Amino acid sequence: MNMNLTLKIWRQKNASDKGSMVDYKVSDISPDMSFLEMLDVLNEQLVNKDEEPIAFDHDCREGICGMCSLYINGEAHGPDRGITTCQLHMRMFKDGDTITIEPFRATAFPVIKDLIVDRTSFDRIQHAGGFISVNTSGNTIDANTIPINKHDADTAFDSATCIGCGACVASCKNSSAMLFVGAKVSQFALLPQGQVEATDRVLNMVKQMDEEGFGNCTNTGACEVECPKGISLENIARMNREYLKASLKG
Amino acid sequence: MALDSKIPQGPIADKWTNYKNHIDLVNPANKRNIDVIVVGTGLAGGSAAATLAELGYNVKAFCFQDSPRRAHSIAAQGGINAAKNYQGDGDSTYRLFYDTVKGGDYRSREANVYRLAEVSANIIDQCVAQGVPFAREYGGLLDNRSFGGVLVSRTFYAAGQTGQQLLLGAYSAMNRQIGRGKIKMYNRHEMLDVVKVDGKARGIITRNLITGEIERHSAHAVVLGTGGYGNVFFLSTNAMGSNVTAAWKAHKRGAYFANPCYTQIHPTCIPVSGDHQSKLTLMSESLRNDGRIWVPKHMKDVEAIRNRTLMPKDLAEDDRDYYLERRYPAFGNLVPRDVASRAAKERCDAGFGVNATGEAVFLDFASAIQRYGKEAAHVKGLDENDAALVKKLGQEVIKNKYGNLFQMYEKIVDQDPYNTPMMIYPAVHYTMGGIWVDYNLMTTVPGLYCIGEANFSDHGANRLGASALMQGLADGYFVLPYTIGDYLSDDIRTGTIPTDSKEFEEAENEVKEKLNFFVTNKGKHSVDYFHKKLGKIMWNKVGMARNVKGLTEAISEIKALRTAFWKDVKVPGTNEEYNEELAKAGRVADFLELGELFAKDALNREESCGGHFREDAVELDGEQKGEAKRDDENFAYVSAWEYKGEPSDAVLHKEQLEFKDIELKQRSYK
Repeated sequence: MNMNLTLKIWRQKNASDKGSMVDYKVSDISPDMSFLEMLDVLNEQLVNKDEEPIAFDHDCREGICGMCSLYINGEAHGPDRGITTCQLHMRMFKDGDTITIEPFRATAFPVIKDLIVDRTSFDRIQHAGGFISVNTSGNTIDANTIPINKHDADTAFDSATCIGCGACVASCKNSSAMLFVGAKVSQFALLPQGQVEATDRVLNMVKQMDEEGFGNCTNTGACEVECPKGISLENIARMNREYLKASLKG
Repeated sequence: MALDSKIPQGPIADKWTNYKNHIDLVNPANKRNIDVIVVGTGLAGGSAAATLAELGYNVKAFCFQDSPRRAHSIAAQGGINAAKNYQGDGDSTYRLFYDTVKGGDYRSREANVYRLAEVSANIIDQCVAQGVPFAREYGGLLDNRSFGGVLVSRTFYAAGQTGQQLLLGAYSAMNRQIGRGKIKMYNRHEMLDVVKVDGKARGIITRNLITGEIERHSAHAVVLGTGGYGNVFFLSTNAMGSNVTAAWKAHKRGAYFANPCYTQIHPTCIPVSGDHQSKLTLMSESLRNDGRIWVPKHMKDVEAIRNRTLMPKDLAEDDRDYYLERRYPAFGNLVPRDVASRAAKERCDAGFGVNATGEAVFLDFASAIQRYGKEAAHVKGLDENDAALVKKLGQEVIKNKYGNLFQMYEKIVDQDPYNTPMMIYPAVHYTMGGIWVDYNLMTTVPGLYCIGEANFSDHGANRLGASALMQGLADGYFVLPYTIGDYLSDDIRTGTIPTDSKEFEEAENEVKEKLNFFVTNKGKHSVDYFHKKLGKIMWNKVGMARNVKGLTEAISEIKALRTAFWKDVKVPGTNEEYNEELAKAGRVADFLELGELFAKDALNREESCGGHFREDAVELDGEQKGEAKRDDENFAYVSAWEYKGEPSDAVLHKEQLEFKDIELKQRSYK
């Protein structure tokens, strides 16, 4: 059955505007629509009324690019688990519901407009060490000369599936980016190729993370719950071990 | 201008090596004096930007997303091909070359494809060195799987997220160079024009998508890695932002556009659920390794399934039509994409579609679950006849292989594919056509290069699965960094290109004028209104099956729609702010021109080849009756279109394709 809904949406003209919640109504919403398709319907209404549509980030709409965000009814990526907002479907809601939609909020993620935030702080952390320093000349050794234990390879892959959306930061009461950084540190810590630069990597990435204004981890685990890719808290523990090891090495 | 593909002389296996031995190089100290612009940060653009910066050039990279890591290469699922022959199943550079040319229905350039096959193995070495976590076997070595249109296992993968892992690899290589200051990254910037100075590409005009600021950027060469144009259909598996604008602006500045009608309609996508649909979702081709495609044999069962009085899993084996296995016994469910898509359409057009819209077929994992379950039970010494146990073990194996895809399906369709077959239908996925490039990957504009999906060169009329990632990374890591040096060696004394020339000013003014038009037009309809209409015309008349009548109608309908768009489009807000409607308006304006050229190209090509199927070009009898009929005598050429104003005025240039190393044959997968 199609639904009529009330939406309370954060509107903010630009980074310096104060911003406020504004109410909207949408009707005849199909349960098979995705959440962002529901917002498309609202935006089409707004454009037709000569009003400015709601700005929100999105691109692939299949849960992998990490561009979509949204804090829906108090949860990053909304009420469902293991998905991004673009994979959230309206069948999770019922007729007559009021839905609150806000941007991801964190000091290190300033609002650009409405529901769009600036997550380039994540990029800068990666610039500090999220790589293996190998040239892309192709003159490397044959791929099969480095056998990697399947369990380690699979665990490294699990860490590497992070999409960099920032749900972990938005969900954390301290706005900590430890899950995001931990995932990248773990991916390389678990692979032999990553060992050479392990010390510098973790120290540099953590330093940049602190400079960006992300908070500390107090192990509440909210990030893991809201992570659309199920990145586990073990990544934070592994990063802490790597960091301690690196610090002791000096 | 006559097309010169600049293919090096000599035997095919030696061309690339000979070429590299004889090109001009730029010495490391001089590279510091040369600027290169790279637009797009997907596998092609990202890998090119990283490699050029490593070599010492000053790179400026641009993407419209908020981070280079979001480029749509990230959504590629199944894998990447490489002629490693790790499985010892007879693979070789030649075989990968042969499969790609045959898969492309003999409409690609032999020399480019051979080079692609040649460098493919390096890609895997490179990615592993970067820490890309490919799937491995228990012995610790890399695992492979099989893809459509081939008889070997040469596809490397990382679950159903291979594109993500490869893109994050290229992104990490970029990050290293951004950190060193060798790449200056411009996120949330959209390229709106190419600037030519003295006939050479010397820069671009961009719009900062946050502030609306129009910027001039100069360089000694410009590289476009801006992806495909599948969104001309409105609904496709492309990302919402994927667009043709960068390529189209290049076309308008003199780059020929090749084979626009070669579009890949991917057979396994989640069917359309309603008018609200904004995009379509692919289910990886790798699923056809284990999934069997079928529809019911009898109409009464089709109706019962649609009415939900019969569960698909309860239909007896004898009452199912595994039509790919029936029609193509040699390749079965792993026929190439164009063949599988047309076969699905044929069954659905005949009335056998299994969902309410009549546009869906089943992709069924029940036999694979049984097979894997029995094997697992055997390995563990458990009872192979315990049905519940076998099913459970089999589902675990399937989950391990395709877990993320099954989850995606369940979230969208609200059905559990472990227990009921998936419903799938073809959808627009990839464009083999694109900007014409020579062997150096340079367009017909000197100093303007085009790589990855945005160019036309390697996939002919149909791309094989797991070859897009291969081509993107081959172009960016291993081909362009060589070929561009040959061109730039003339620029070591040029010095920085100034941006205050009249060419930059004129280009900037044109861009501003168009943006101003949109925000002041105050028309009646939104941008999407026109985009959806264009998509309907394209899908119905320039889609999976094409004919003269439909194509002729499409051309005039698109023209009329374009007129209506310029009269009636409505864009709220201003230019000097984040304004997605404004960005979309510019993109749809370009799609409305491309769409017409696309249909014109399809009308010109009076043959069926690969993804381009003309209803008036089919085999009339014999074993291949009803299959696509190619016309090598008259159409073994690349159609390269020159811009002359209106799409209807575009001038056709032909690059005749020569097949010296592969015999032209009918493509048979029977």
